[in-house]
Amino acid sequence: MSLKRREFFKLAALSSAALATNSAFATDDGEVLDCRATYGVLVDTVVCIGCRKCEWACNNQHSLSTEPITAFEDKSVFETHRRPHSKAYTVVNQYSDPATSKAYTMKVQCMHCNEPACVSACIVGALNKANNGPVVYEAWKCIGCRYCMVACPFQIPAYEYDNALNPQVRKCTFCIERHLDEGNRPACVSICPNEALTFGTRQELIDLGHTRIRMQPDRYEDHVYGETEIGGTSWMYLAAADFKNTELPTLPDDAIPQHTETIQHGIFKSFVPPLALYGFLGLVMHSLRKTDNGQEDQ
Amino acid sequence: MAHHHEVPVPIKAPYFTSGTKVLFAIMLAGLAVFVYRFIAGLGAVTNLDDQYPWGIWIAIDVASGVALAAGGFTTAALADIFHKEKYHVIVRPALLTALLGYTFVAIGVLTDLGRYYNMWHVALPGFWQGNSVLFEVGMCVMIYLTVLYIEFLPIVVERFKGKVNLPGILGGFNKLIESFLSIADKTLGRFVSLFIIAGVVLSCLHQSSLGTLMVIVPSKLHPLWYTPISPLLFLLSAISVGFPMVIFESILASRSFKLKPELSVLSSIARYTPVLLGIYFALKIGDITLRNAWPYVSEMSTQSIMWLVEIVGGVLLPILILASHRLRNTVGGLFTAASLVVFGVALNRINVFLIAYKPLYATKTYFPSFMEILVTAGFICALVLLYRAFVMVFPVITVPVDENGNHIKHDDRINVSNFSRAE
Repeated sequence: MSLKRREFFKLAALSSAALATNSAFATDDGEVLDCRATYGVLVDTVVCIGCRKCEWACNNQHSLSTEPITAFEDKSVFETHRRPHSKAYTVVNQYSDPATSKAYTMKVQCMHCNEPACVSACIVGALNKANNGPVVYEAWKCIGCRYCMVACPFQIPAYEYDNALNPQVRKCTFCIERHLDEGNRPACVSICPNEALTFGTRQELIDLGHTRIRMQPDRYEDHVYGETEIGGTSWMYLAAADFKNTELPTLPDDAIPQHTETIQHGIFKSFVPPLALYGFLGLVMHSLRKTDNGQEDQ
Repeated sequence: MAHHHEVPVPIKAPYFTSGTKVLFAIMLAGLAVFVYRFIAGLGAVTNLDDQYPWGIWIAIDVASGVALAAGGFTTAALADIFHKEKYHVIVRPALLTALLGYTFVAIGVLTDLGRYYNMWHVALPGFWQGNSVLFEVGMCVMIYLTVLYIEFLPIVVERFKGKVNLPGILGGFNKLIESFLSIADKTLGRFVSLFIIAGVVLSCLHQSSLGTLMVIVPSKLHPLWYTPISPLLFLLSAISVGFPMVIFESILASRSFKLKPELSVLSSIARYTPVLLGIYFALKIGDITLRNAWPYVSEMSTQSIMWLVEIVGGVLLPILILASHRLRNTVGGLFTAASLVVFGVALNRINVFLIAYKPLYATKTYFPSFMEILVTAGFICALVLLYRAFVMVFPVITVPVDENGNHIKHDDRINVSNFSRAE
């Protein structure tokens, strides 16, 4: 009885879906995505000054709020921890390092996972992982079941509950509409005055993160958050203290869709298991036809 | 023991009683909120938010509804596939329950969907998303609902073939409907067994997939319920609740219509329940043990108490009652045990989808709004009212009939020695 939790999961996944394959993540084009080359952003919370200009830029980009940029100079919002919602795709929160009592700020938004749980959950393919990284939502496909919100390990997708006729799932789009490339960066990255946000390919950012940690080991916790968490995320973080003290949850390295898709594809493997059950029941039905037993078989 | 006069017939009884009038009132109140929800949106009616995107409409109307409709496929498997002919008397009531149950699951889903007008996307190959567990559940439920309607057609044929006589302006459709029934009558007999097997396979698939749904939230589900064998547990508990649900409503219907409960048949199918529940219980215990989750049982949180209520009240207690030969052969014992199993499985679904679900950064817990509860209560009342209407229109419930085809009520039967049976 000393099986570890993780080992048990592997065993259970294997036994309930012996035929399943551990496939790499495929985009909607069916291509297997090499997530080293996709775009990402490195959020350096050590450099972040909590100016909240990224919040304004995001609102402006997505026509979410008409509040002037000066309204975002208000630091009193840091008294409570805010979460992204249907009218704010990103928010900046403040934390303090319990070891040094030093305050630091951190922007939160959709992490654009390499193997997104929301994409795997979506019943009609309204959420997709674009080839260059962003996890994109298409409202016209969506049926509004909100399973993506249940599934997200970062608690990100928000919903327009007050909209009766055209409610949408709302979250950071990674500004895919700005046609991302080295010249076109997300609105929040473009406005960041202190270069706390760095846009680039995931591999570049992972290298950059580790370089910064190596150069100034006393300033940085030795952990690029998002490099391996939940199979890796497009957005990654550096911090001065343990991420346990922040809004970012402690997560294992396994990509979430593997849990369900292994079971799911095991049950449906080329329709063999359902058809086998159908055939078996048909056989039973046929062979017992004559041995009709109205008797009490107690 | 030949019951030549035991046939399914439409039950003759007054539709409106003081009980049905109360149900009607609740149903209408629920209907009003149902309509209001589409005008005002989910936010105005429910306590759902970004933290808790799923509430009782998913946990009760959909998840519990699907489980409690399992009598349809378990009974069909027993009577039609394993040819236990004496159980045929419960096939039609179970089929009707499944038919109405799944219809209300579909309406429940529709109520909860924010963009319900796009619901048809699920049926269109261009939108199919084969990795989604919800897609699998949705597809199977849709196809199974169709299969259920096909399985019910022979009963409609039996009742109305040659007797279609719609009133007034609808009379023009008489011929069309008559020819449809006659075609159905000629073809269905040959194919109905294909649909019966399909119904069982589809049920096994979506009942288990319903258990896979929450496997996608490893970091948000309480460890007492988060397990990779959730699909197996869901399937087994659905199979276990099939017969108890049939027993539960058969006893209720016989009370309501003053008929004698089919005690011998009901006690007989009840024998399977302790065995099925026993396997389920063993798997539950083994799973908790292997995952080292026992400490969570004794943490005395809402979750641990709900888990204990689910297991002791909904699994252990009915096993004990039904394992007793004496209690199993009384209406009271049967009804108590069946109610406990029904309660236990419904509670399990509520636990998995609501109680065990803990969002990150939770600032509150979800409790349904009065309007959410009203919609759910309204659906349950509508289901009971429709069931009553269906068994009064269609030959569903098997009762002893006299030579004129009138069924003999429980009260009258004391004098009819021919039909009396051992109780």
